[in-house]
Amino acid sequence: MITSNITGNRIKEYLKLGKRFDGRNLDDFREISIEKGISKNAEGSARVKIGETDVIVGVKMDVSEPYPDSLDKGNLMVTSELLPLSSDRFEAGPPKIESIELARVIDRCIRESKFIELEKLCIEKGEKVWTVFIDIYSINADGNLLDAAGIGALVALKDAKIPKYDKKEGKVLYGEHSNERIPLKKENPLTITIHKIGESLIVDPTREEEDVSETRITIGSHKGVISSMQKGNSKEISEEDMHRVLEMMEDVWKKLFLKIEKFL
Amino acid sequence: MTNRTVVIPGEVIVTGEKFLPGENTERKGKDVVAMRYGLSEESNGLVKVIPLSGVYQPRKGNVVIGKVENITFSGWVVDIDVTENAFLSLSEVPRYVNKNSMSEVLDMGDMVIAKITEANKKSIDLTIKGRGFGKIEEGMIVKINSNKVPRVIGKEGSMINLIKEETKCEITVGQNGFVWIFGEKIENELLAKKAIIFITEKSYIDGLTDEVKKWFEKEKK
Amino acid sequence: MTKEKDTGFKRTDGRKFNQIREMKAKVGVVPNADGSALFSFGDTVAIAAVYGPKKMHPQHMQNPEKGTLRYTYNMLSFSVTERIKPGPSRRSQEISKISEWAIEPVLMIDNFPNAVIDVHVNILQANASTRCAGINAAALALAHAGIPMKNIVSSVSIGKLDKQLVVDVSKHEEDWEEGEGATDIPITFTPNGDITHIQLDGKIETKQLKEAIKLAREACKEIYELQKKTLKESIKINEKK
Repeated sequence: MITSNITGNRIKEYLKLGKRFDGRNLDDFREISIEKGISKNAEGSARVKIGETDVIVGVKMDVSEPYPDSLDKGNLMVTSELLPLSSDRFEAGPPKIESIELARVIDRCIRESKFIELEKLCIEKGEKVWTVFIDIYSINADGNLLDAAGIGALVALKDAKIPKYDKKEGKVLYGEHSNERIPLKKENPLTITIHKIGESLIVDPTREEEDVSETRITIGSHKGVISSMQKGNSKEISEEDMHRVLEMMEDVWKKLFLKIEKFL
Repeated sequence: MTNRTVVIPGEVIVTGEKFLPGENTERKGKDVVAMRYGLSEESNGLVKVIPLSGVYQPRKGNVVIGKVENITFSGWVVDIDVTENAFLSLSEVPRYVNKNSMSEVLDMGDMVIAKITEANKKSIDLTIKGRGFGKIEEGMIVKINSNKVPRVIGKEGSMINLIKEETKCEITVGQNGFVWIFGEKIENELLAKKAIIFITEKSYIDGLTDEVKKWFEKEKK
Repeated sequence: MTKEKDTGFKRTDGRKFNQIREMKAKVGVVPNADGSALFSFGDTVAIAAVYGPKKMHPQHMQNPEKGTLRYTYNMLSFSVTERIKPGPSRRSQEISKISEWAIEPVLMIDNFPNAVIDVHVNILQANASTRCAGINAAALALAHAGIPMKNIVSSVSIGKLDKQLVVDVSKHEEDWEEGEGATDIPITFTPNGDITHIQLDGKIETKQLKEAIKLAREACKEIYELQKKTLKESIKINEKK
């Protein structure tokens, strides 16, 4: 059942006083726990828990032909599944818009920041390049799946080892790692979503808080340099509030980065 | 009464013809076997399993809290979080309702406290006649597993009264696991919510009332 | 006792012929679910979450006589060495159905007309015997969810590598090529010794198949003990002082 209007009103009232039900500040993330390498057959993987939200991200790699407009670059593909396992609100079946948007937003952040040096994933120009697959799965949904997925994607990419490739046979030797890591830039593009509820801006909502969110802005950035942005939900936002969001984002980014630095 | 033990479905609780299979158990030959995961309890030869999980079974006379899902020409369809929706008929509202202004009494999405007048496999009927029933205007709603409700209420209301006193809140516990909390300050409501969740996590221990008293002392420091 | 002697057959991971890999089991791993569990055989890890009984959608699939069990088995794309494209496959649909049949005989859901009990099983990491790990996790999750059941079921795979029977098949053994190759027999038992699920692919004589079933029965007893222990220990009761 969706959070009732009754509770929703209380959440909004409390926010007006600058407070949240679980005692957090408006710009605090819940407790974050990160585990690397949780799925052995993946080239790289990570499990990220933010509060009770639980997300698993895996990286797989394969060799194929490059796209015609990037003959000397590797490929990136990001998918996400909001598993019915993780919430009574998710049904089995083809991906719904929430899942599609999540994957595409994470994709944009990683792609546009050029975090993965795709030129270095070319084996033979025009013939063979590496494709990096990032697959995101929700295990328990309690709000803010997107930011959890973003952290998971970064950690999984850093955890990944490139499999050996037999050039003669044209086969990827899965299970035999080359000890080579995926070529990544130093910068860490984190996706962070800020929600507007009434006049308040909050970060990392629980599911209850997400249910009363009026509009949200997700920004993929590294230390103030923005590579992707998305506004979601249907309420408008003033230019002034947009500025508030951008200012808040810089501080939140720093705080979050400090929390998860050791895993990156 | 024997000490409670955790039992799993299919497990033999006791053996002997003198024992009677009560709730959530069945007789298999000489054995009384558990049908659900929970705590087994034997009292005067009657053996039952107290479940700690599982869906609410609507019963006549229960107070429940639900959400209005639909308005029909003769009443309101209310979701009380079980397989069948419940129905509140126009005739079960304690005043005259104009058929054109039904949504003024209860609108889609409104939360309502009601009593079950009839519950069978086909339908669940509700009434809001009586004190303490009707639309919930404000406050906080907490959802717990319906099997924990008896512990939250306590023997003759001892537990829920303790929480009401300590938090100065009005609290109505729906048998279907929805709890309405209403206090002067949001902090008080949150404290009551926290206490209720604490109880659901410790619902199987003895001496819970004392534990909760100690918990309040700690929280209020 | 089975006739199968310990011939000293050395499995690649050092196990005895009738030794199950290290098992792990835990309940309550998905807080949102009505019941949930994790179960693993060595590197094969399955999680299951149960939602229900609840209203069944679409309505035309409702059964007015009793509740419906709906089991969905799905492997994460990176759970195996070669990435699986996300989405259901014919294989996962078949496994979903036979797993449903493996559990249905012990469910007592006559009292939930028009309701559905959804069991979602996801394989996080695969080293063969995934459907068995899934069924073990699902049985735990259903009990954890308070669903009325006659019993828990336990599932294991028996393999035949050339002529040697082994218990709890690993991927390496599933791909056995020497001699008669590999025969894979996943089986699910109730604690009373009833078989709720059995499949086979490979080549085996009737006599040895009967032995395989006996081996499975023994192994399932061991698995049942772990499932029972897991459920019991997840509730810690204070002893009366």
